[in-house]
Amino acid sequence: MTATAHPTSITGRARRIRMRRVLLYGFLTLMAVAWLVPLLWAIYTALRPYAETQAKGYVSLPTTLSIDNFVNAWSTGNFPQFYLNSLIVTIPAVIITLTIASMVAFGVSKFSWRFNILVLILFTAGNLLPQQVIIVPLYRLYLALPLPRLVSDNGLFYDQYFGIAVIHIAFQMGFCIFVLSNYMKTLSPELTEAALVDGASVVRIWWSIILPLCRPALAALATLEFTFIYNDFFWALILMKTGLKRPITSALQNLQGQFYTDTNMLAAGAMLAAIPTILVFIALQRHFISGLTLGATKG
Amino acid sequence: MIGIPLFLDIALIWGPAIASILLSLTNWNGIGGITGKNLIGLRNYQDLFSGTYPFFWPAVAHNLIWLGFLMFVATPLGILMAVLLDREIRGSRFYQTVFYIPVVLSLAVIGIIWQLQYSVDNGLIDNALRGVGVANPPDWFGDPSLNLWAALVAASWRHVGYIMILYLAGLKSVDPAIREAARVDGASERQVFVHVVFPAMQPINVVIVVITAIEALRAFDIAYIINGGRNGLELLSTLITSSMLSEASRVGFGSAIAVVLLVISLVPIVIFLGRMMREEPR
Repeated sequence: MTATAHPTSITGRARRIRMRRVLLYGFLTLMAVAWLVPLLWAIYTALRPYAETQAKGYVSLPTTLSIDNFVNAWSTGNFPQFYLNSLIVTIPAVIITLTIASMVAFGVSKFSWRFNILVLILFTAGNLLPQQVIIVPLYRLYLALPLPRLVSDNGLFYDQYFGIAVIHIAFQMGFCIFVLSNYMKTLSPELTEAALVDGASVVRIWWSIILPLCRPALAALATLEFTFIYNDFFWALILMKTGLKRPITSALQNLQGQFYTDTNMLAAGAMLAAIPTILVFIALQRHFISGLTLGATKG
Repeated sequence: MIGIPLFLDIALIWGPAIASILLSLTNWNGIGGITGKNLIGLRNYQDLFSGTYPFFWPAVAHNLIWLGFLMFVATPLGILMAVLLDREIRGSRFYQTVFYIPVVLSLAVIGIIWQLQYSVDNGLIDNALRGVGVANPPDWFGDPSLNLWAALVAASWRHVGYIMILYLAGLKSVDPAIREAARVDGASERQVFVHVVFPAMQPINVVIVVITAIEALRAFDIAYIINGGRNGLELLSTLITSSMLSEASRVGFGSAIAVVLLVISLVPIVIFLGRMMREEPR
């Protein structure tokens, strides 16, 4: 972009530009190293046998690197169970959140602006509250509300996968409604009007016209919501009492205690917990970023 | 179509938010029903504000420090990274990717990753410090005068990348023609940013300030994973949580702290909603 084509003509300026390039790259590289070191250090610690780090110290060159810590953490830390718990909560929560959000976003567009904005404010503001603001009464509510035995082995919302998924849905749908209603505003209204004239039902229009058109936004939100819900630490910490039923992120709290004496195993456990989000990072980076920016730059 | 979700939202989010306000006027301990005898008016708030409960004002101060640090250190750094990487320089993608990795990680994982850096015996930093001859390196997470700052470094590790992503998207939406015009008029790169790009980014600047404020008020996971949010790491969010998890569950008192957090949170939320409404076509 800048005039590097003829450096001889104005040497002073060219030198200054080159100096600034060097400074820029120096700064960026320094920052990048500072950003990578914590993660690389965690991986490095996880790959080293405990005995060796005890003998040689943690800041030392490795004699052996192995995945033994990962294997041990996997089996002694009940990782298969915790991953399963995360899946049981996260997958239905994401699907239902997006379904509900796309219906509400489509629905509000059919009503007057005044009603529309009130609903949007309720949902959006609800999503922006800190979780701790509502937790005290929510906890009491979860202890009191009955739930059919079909989805709850104690007949309550408390200490159940169902209860955790429901609060995720209620909390996350605000953000999704906000994003989707903005996205739907950019769609041409003629499409739905034409279908209405042809006698299509509202549900049919939503399913076969609106949803396909919203596919990019839905893909972005699905990626983002998977990460948000998978990463959530708080709800299950309070609302899921049984340690073995907690999703992996909340279970880290217990694992931290269990692996207290073995730093290397703790590092391996934390990395295992991070793997699904790292996969999202690698495979769905574009969707993740567009999800984040859809929420912030529109509306 | 809207009824059920609206009911869910009111029953599980707004209902409890309002119930927090009502419960904060009682001394209910969670056992048995609430009767007229439990009503104690504003006593819980008096206990909080007068300092009878010693952790309240420190927690408020810590939340404010958290906010200040994110707002004046991490967020500007994220903006700077976005501005530097918004140009066609070699390796821009690589640098963006590096800063963006921590954004996908859960804050609980981030807390543990930084524990691995900060640990006195097994951590990177103190072992490195001892390597260069520091006899007694600090106990970053254990020392109550240091741990807040150590936690803020961990929180910023994620926040900088988050802000960078948002700001990069905003920068892409600025019409390149107005930048080009300013450059042709002889403005330096810094002048172009300060006088042309930054003002044109007004809407996204507001969003970023609001997001930073909300992140600071929501701060919980890192502090909780470090030590349960005690010993120098008290935050309003951790006080509410420990009031629930402690043996003598003080429902009314915990609710009062929650109401304080609610009232503070409404400030950025209202700013955000105000902007949302202003942009709505009438």
